[in-house]
Amino acid sequence: MRPTDTSNPDYFHKVVDCQYACPAHTDVPGYIRLIAQGRFTDAYMLNRKANVFPGILGRVCDRPCEPACRRGRIEDNPVAICRLKRVAADNRDDISALLPKPGPGNGKKVALLGAGCASLAVANDLAPLGYELTIFEKLDVAGGLMRSNIPSFRLPVEVLDEEIQMILDMGAELKTGHPIESMKDLLEQDFDAVFVGTGAPRGKELNLPGRQEAAANVFIGIDWLESVAFEHTESIGKRVLIIGVGNTAMDCCRTSLRLGADEVKVMARKPRAFFKASDWELEDAEEENIDIIVNHSPKEFVVKNGKLTGMVFELMEYDVDNNGKITDQHVTGETTISCDDVILAIGQDNAFPWVENDIGIEFDKWEVPVVDEMTFQSTREGVFFGGDAAFGPKNIIWAVEHSHQAAISIHKYCQGEDINQRLPDGQTLDSAKMGIHEWSYSNTYDGSERTLVPHVSLTERFKQLDIEVELGFSPELAAEEVERCLNCDIQTVFTANLCIECDACVDVCPVDCLTITENGDEADLRTRLTAPAENLAQDLYVSAELPQTKRVMVKDEDVCVHCGLCAERCPTAAWDMQKFTLHHPHTRDEADTPPARDVA
Amino acid sequence: MSFMSKPTVRHPKLPVNDIGLTVRDYEGGMSTLCAGCGHDSVTGALVQAAFELSIPTHRFAKLSGIGCSSKTPAYFLRDSHGFNSTHGRMPSVATGANSANRDLYYIGVSGDGDSLSIGMGQFVHAIRRNINMLYLIENNGVYGLTKGQFSAAADKGSKAKKGETNLQPPIDPCQTAITLGATFVARGFSGDKDQLVPLLKAGMKHRGFGLIDIISPCVTFNDHEGSTKSYAYTREHFNLAIAANFVPPVEEITAKYEEGTSMPVKLHDGSTIVLRKIDQDFDPMDRISALRNLQENAEAGEVTTGLLYIDESQPEMHEVDNTTKTPLVDLDYSQVCPGNDTLQKIQSRYR
Repeated sequence: MRPTDTSNPDYFHKVVDCQYACPAHTDVPGYIRLIAQGRFTDAYMLNRKANVFPGILGRVCDRPCEPACRRGRIEDNPVAICRLKRVAADNRDDISALLPKPGPGNGKKVALLGAGCASLAVANDLAPLGYELTIFEKLDVAGGLMRSNIPSFRLPVEVLDEEIQMILDMGAELKTGHPIESMKDLLEQDFDAVFVGTGAPRGKELNLPGRQEAAANVFIGIDWLESVAFEHTESIGKRVLIIGVGNTAMDCCRTSLRLGADEVKVMARKPRAFFKASDWELEDAEEENIDIIVNHSPKEFVVKNGKLTGMVFELMEYDVDNNGKITDQHVTGETTISCDDVILAIGQDNAFPWVENDIGIEFDKWEVPVVDEMTFQSTREGVFFGGDAAFGPKNIIWAVEHSHQAAISIHKYCQGEDINQRLPDGQTLDSAKMGIHEWSYSNTYDGSERTLVPHVSLTERFKQLDIEVELGFSPELAAEEVERCLNCDIQTVFTANLCIECDACVDVCPVDCLTITENGDEADLRTRLTAPAENLAQDLYVSAELPQTKRVMVKDEDVCVHCGLCAERCPTAAWDMQKFTLHHPHTRDEADTPPARDVA
Repeated sequence: MSFMSKPTVRHPKLPVNDIGLTVRDYEGGMSTLCAGCGHDSVTGALVQAAFELSIPTHRFAKLSGIGCSSKTPAYFLRDSHGFNSTHGRMPSVATGANSANRDLYYIGVSGDGDSLSIGMGQFVHAIRRNINMLYLIENNGVYGLTKGQFSAAADKGSKAKKGETNLQPPIDPCQTAITLGATFVARGFSGDKDQLVPLLKAGMKHRGFGLIDIISPCVTFNDHEGSTKSYAYTREHFNLAIAANFVPPVEEITAKYEEGTSMPVKLHDGSTIVLRKIDQDFDPMDRISALRNLQENAEAGEVTTGLLYIDESQPEMHEVDNTTKTPLVDLDYSQVCPGNDTLQKIQSRYR
C-alpha cells in the first residue's frame, strides 16, 4: 500500500466515526470534553455551530453518530452522545451575548418557504451576513414537523420555542398563516433567491377495501399528530391499531396511550430486523407496554353498521438469505384484529401542488424535485431546496446540513459568485502532549457500561400529554458518561523517519492494532496484522518505509481506543497524539474568504 | 516509565490458544523501564511465546536477580510464580526451586551485568549442572540502572554515550556456555520477534539448560553512534546463522528439507525444532564447529544469531542426581518427612 495521505482531512475525519457519521459533522468528542470540564455553555455553542438546534437534537436527533461510535465496536453500547448533547443544552448559561448579531443589511432579499428546521437553519447562516429574510409559514406558528409531528412528551414546546427564537432574533421576518399558493407568483416578487424548506408533508394513504366506509376512524399519522399538537384532537378510541413501524408509528402509538387508548398495537408487515424505527424509539414504546406485532400485512378494513370494527391481516412468512435480505414471501393465513381506530404511519411523500410545471423547476418521476447534491440548487437558478423537500424524508440533522450547504449557495448566488466553487474541508492537528506523561485529554480507558437516562415513572408520565418522559442526565450522571468517550479526535500521528523499530508501541497497544511488517497490498496486509483486521469499512494507516529495515508501520484504525500508550512508550516521538480539528466551511467562512481568482 | 496502567480492554476478536486464553492473559504489569527499551520487546516476545505454547500461566516460575532486565518478570505472566533474588544469585534460587518442583517451566531473566560480572560464578555452575530452565541474558553492553557504564559484554572499541572507548575484551555468554557444556545455546535480538519467539518456544521446551543471549539495546545509554549494541548497529551486523522453527508435537512437519541444510531435532516432549542452515559453515550439532564459527564471526565484527548449538542427549540435573520424579509438593507428608525411625536408621549408617 502507498503511505496514507494524512494531509487530506478525510483520513483523520473518518477516524472520528461519530463526527464523520453526523451529516453536519458536529465535533462530538470536542463538546463531550467540554461537558467533562463542566463547560456546558461552550459545549452548547460548539454544537450550535454545526447543528443549530442542540436542545432539540439533544432529545430527538436520529443520532447517526451512535451506531457509528467506536465504543460500540469494542463493547456493545456506544457513548450516549445524544443525551450528552442535551446535558449541554439543559445546563448552559444565558448565551444571548454569544449568538451572532444581525449583520448590516446587504440589500439582498431571500424568501424561505416553510418555517421548519430547514428554513430556520438557512436563516441562521444568512441573517448575520445582512440578508433580508422572509420566512413564509402556512401554519400559525413556526417549527414545522418539529412542532406538529414530534409529540411534546419527547420535545417540550419551551425548548423548541427558545431555539427558534434565537434565529428569529437574528433578524429573519416570520410570516405565519401565509401559505404560498403559487411559486410563479412568488418568483415574480422582488426576491434575489428562494429557498424551499417545506418538508415532506403528505402522509401515505393505504387504499384497501373498506377504507372509504371506515374514514371516520382511520387517520393519517402525521396529520393526526399535527391535530393533536394543536389540540384539535383530544381523544382516541380504546383499542388502536398503528399500521407501520417507523418513528412516526412510535410517536402515534405513544400519543394514543396519552389520549385514552389502553390497548395499542403496532402492526408490522415484516420481522423486527426490517423495522424502520430507531432501536431506542422501539424500546421507549415497548417500555410503555405497546404491542409490536410482526408479520401481519393489512388486507382490509372491517366495517359493521357503518363503523370500523377491526382489520383483516394476512399472516406473512419470509425467506431470508444469508445477507439478511428477503428473497421471497408467503401468505400463511389470515386473522382479524378488532379495534376502534386505525392510524396509518407508513411513510411520507413530497407534495408541491403549488409549484407550477412551466417555471423551469423540474421533478423526477416520484415527484421529488431535481436538486444538485452539492449546491442544493433546483433546475431553476436562484431556487434552492433543502431538508425533506429536497430528497424526500430524512431527519432534522440532515435538513440542517442541507441548509448549511444551501445557504452557501444562496450567498454565492446573491454575490454573483460561482456556486460550484466552494471552500474544501480543512484540518488542523495540534499535539496533545503536555509533558512526559501528560496529555491534554483524559486518556485512561474507562470500562463503565453506558449510563441509562432516567425516565419519568410509568404511573406519572401518562397524566398529561406534555410530560417529558426522559429526564436527561444530571451533571453527575453526565460526568460518568463523558469518560466513556474514546476521544477519537485525538489522532495517533506517525512520523516514519523517527522510528527505530523497537516494537514498544506494538507491544503496549491494548487492542493490538499496530504491526510492523513487510508492505503489501491491502487485502494481503489485512491477513498479516497482530489482530484480525476484518472490518473493511475501517482504514489501515500505513507509514512510509521505516529507516532501518524498510518495513512499514501499519495501524488498523478499527478498535483503537486512543489511549496514547503508543505515543507514551515511543522513545523517539515517532508516534504523537494530535488533536484533529475539522474545518467544515459554512457561509460565514465563505464570506470571509475572497473568491479565488481564475489562474489561466 | 508510564504511570497509567495498560487498559484491560482488548480487541474483541483477539485469537485464543488451545486452552482458551488470549495473549493478554499472558501479560504482566505495566513496564516501568524507559520507553523503547529492548527488554520490553523481549517481554513481548515471552508473552507471545508462552501464549503460542498454550501453557497455563501458573505452570511457569520466573526468576531474576538485579538490574533493568531483572525487573521484567513483573511485566509478563502475571499469574505465574516468581522470585526476585539478590544480584547475580538467580541461578542458585532457580536450582533450589527446580530441585523442589521439576514440573514447572523455569524462566530466568538476567542481564549482562547480573550474569557476566557479579553472578558469573553462579551462571557457569547452573550450566554445568544442566538445570532444566530457560536462561535469558538481556544483553545491552551497559549498566543501565547506574547511568551506562560499560559492562563485561561491551565490545572492545565500542564507544560510551559520552565518548569514552571500551578497552577490555567482552565475555561472550554463548561461547562461554558452549564451552561449559550447555545443551541449548542461542542468540537473538529484541528487535526481531520473528526470530526470537520461536527461539523462546524451543528454549522453554528444551530439556536441560537453555541459554538465549538477547541483544537488547539500551535506548537511553547505548543506542548512539559508536555503540555496538544499538538498534541500528545490530541490524547492520546481524548475521543469522541457523534459523530455528518450533513445531509442536501435534503438527506435522510438512515442508521439505534439503539434506545438510535443514534438520529436524526432536525434543523430549515430542515437539520438533526445525533448524535451517543459513551459514553453511555452521554445524549446530557439533560443539567444536559451533565454537570455531562463533569466534571467527566475532572477529569479523558480526553479531551471529540463531540457534547456535543444541544437544538433546545430555541428562539434566534430576536425571544425573536420580531424584524423585514427583515434585515435592505432590508427595505425601510421610514421604517428605519419613519420621524419627527412618532418621535414626540413616544416622546409624554414619556411626
